[in-house]
Amino acid sequence: MQKYILSRLGQSILILVGVLILVFFMLRLTGDPVALLIPREASPETVAEFRKSMGLDRPLPLQFVEFVRHAIVGDFGNSFRYRTDALTLILDRLPATIELATVSLALALAVAIPLGLIGGSNPGSRWDAVARALGLLGQSIPNFWLALLLIIVFAVELRWLPSFGRDSWKSVILPAFALGMTPMGQLVRLTRAAVLDIRSTDYIRTAYSKGLPSRLVYSRHVLRNAAIPLISVLGIQFGYLLGGSIYIETIFSWPGIGNLIAEAIGVRDFTLVQAVAVFSSVVVVILNLFTDIAYAMIDPRIRYG
Amino acid sequence: MASSTTTAEAALAPEEQDVSPWRQQLTFVGRSLQRDRSGIFGLVLFLIILLSAIFAPQISPHDPLEQNLRLAKQPPVWMEGGSWDYPLGTDNLGRDLLSRIIYGTRVSMTVGFFGVMIAGGIGLLIGLVSGYAGGRVDNIIMTGVNILLALPYLLFVVFIAALLGRNLLNVILIFGITDSPIFVRISRGQVLRLREAGYVEAARSLGSQGARILFRHILPNLIGPLIIVATFEMSAMIFYEAGLGFLGLSVPPSVPSWGNMLAGGRKYLTSQPWIATFPGVAIMLTALAMNLVGDWLRDALDPRSRKR
Repeated sequence: MQKYILSRLGQSILILVGVLILVFFMLRLTGDPVALLIPREASPETVAEFRKSMGLDRPLPLQFVEFVRHAIVGDFGNSFRYRTDALTLILDRLPATIELATVSLALALAVAIPLGLIGGSNPGSRWDAVARALGLLGQSIPNFWLALLLIIVFAVELRWLPSFGRDSWKSVILPAFALGMTPMGQLVRLTRAAVLDIRSTDYIRTAYSKGLPSRLVYSRHVLRNAAIPLISVLGIQFGYLLGGSIYIETIFSWPGIGNLIAEAIGVRDFTLVQAVAVFSSVVVVILNLFTDIAYAMIDPRIRYG
Repeated sequence: MASSTTTAEAALAPEEQDVSPWRQQLTFVGRSLQRDRSGIFGLVLFLIILLSAIFAPQISPHDPLEQNLRLAKQPPVWMEGGSWDYPLGTDNLGRDLLSRIIYGTRVSMTVGFFGVMIAGGIGLLIGLVSGYAGGRVDNIIMTGVNILLALPYLLFVVFIAALLGRNLLNVILIFGITDSPIFVRISRGQVLRLREAGYVEAARSLGSQGARILFRHILPNLIGPLIIVATFEMSAMIFYEAGLGFLGLSVPPSVPSWGNMLAGGRKYLTSQPWIATFPGVAIMLTALAMNLVGDWLRDALDPRSRKR
């Protein structure tokens, strides 16, 4: 187990190095990053000064070392737009994004698990048809469009729920639903498929034939085994959601990280975009690491496989 | 039971019947369609969308760019004030929504098709090398692939698109390159699996050489899984393209694309909701068609999922 954790840790560090390389070279991909980082109307003197202050006049490998040295301690420089530390800006927006991510995943789980269980246990039934339809819809509806539809119906026509901001508990419902639809579909499909698979295994047949009541077969065997694939997907999904949804947060004016990215892109504040990119990659990598470790604890086959 | 053994035998011994393995895969897929009603539905829907993309100038009732401010914001035909001249209504500049949606299929299909072709081409090539060479080459390639797959995909796509600027070729290249790791992983996995398969072993012991094994035995069996992934990835790319358009980062605003239409219609959500609604329906139907086709192909080509 220890060996497994260590090797996964090594992989995670390698991935993070890759992320830093990618982010570093992406800004330089378009040629001169100075042109991207300061306004176009700046005078040549300002440009030269900026180039020097950012260390952009030095050789590329040196610049990279410098970039990594700062990035490791969370220093990505000041946001061009807000003129404050980029990481602080991100951390300020984090609670709103965590709230949205948690509520939408909870919503997705609350619908997906029961529906997937019922559908998978009674293939071909009416509930199974609902489960399959929801799985397909979650995959086929773009969440930014669903968000617009929800606003039209629940905010404009019915006037039940607010369509923007983060003022009361009601504010989170529409964005959480729009954001949760895709994971909901994915989780329904996964649960259903897992239950279908497990139902026809030998150990379930054994459990039934030794006279175990259906309730116990489910709680002891089906649910436990179906949980394994779900855990890994949940971890990954949560990681992505913590990066903030650019679409949903802008549509609902939700003051989270996604909204921050959209703003930053709009005014071409690339220091900030860079910081968010590294930040959410780190979150995804760390959550993946935890998921894998949790996964290995539950399922011994993975450790030795 | 009898029928399943014959299919299994046919799948195990492609050499015995003197048919090209490519042909055999095709007949098999065709036969499975007869049993899959939602697959047929998806395929028909997909063909309709494809044909509208090809024949857009012929079937569009209006020029998608023609503005007519006097006729702006007309509702669709079934609402009060709508007319058959503009079946789905008009947008804020009086452009016909139906024609713009029909033309929009061109952008989506182009991005989806070429994006997948590039991603699939790069992925297949690297995956073949990685799987066939093995060892250190394989290790290095797979580390790179895993790094790319661990990234928050959408964020990076948006980042690159914002850096490069709005144009169709950029969008296709972004999706083509960033999506290739998925194809690398699939092709490599298949090569590793097929390399050890009984019939490849048999061909090798009969004296077949590398290239012949690769093209006659491995590639035909690798195309199936690749096509399945390609349909799902194409639908994903159509999604992402619309999303980029929605953020104003895809094709230039003058081009009728579904994402641009959504972005434009968003301002009129409260007063003229249909402007933003219809392009979304188009995106959803396209994604639905691709997913249904993908599901059908997977059921037909992947023996493990066939038991359902």
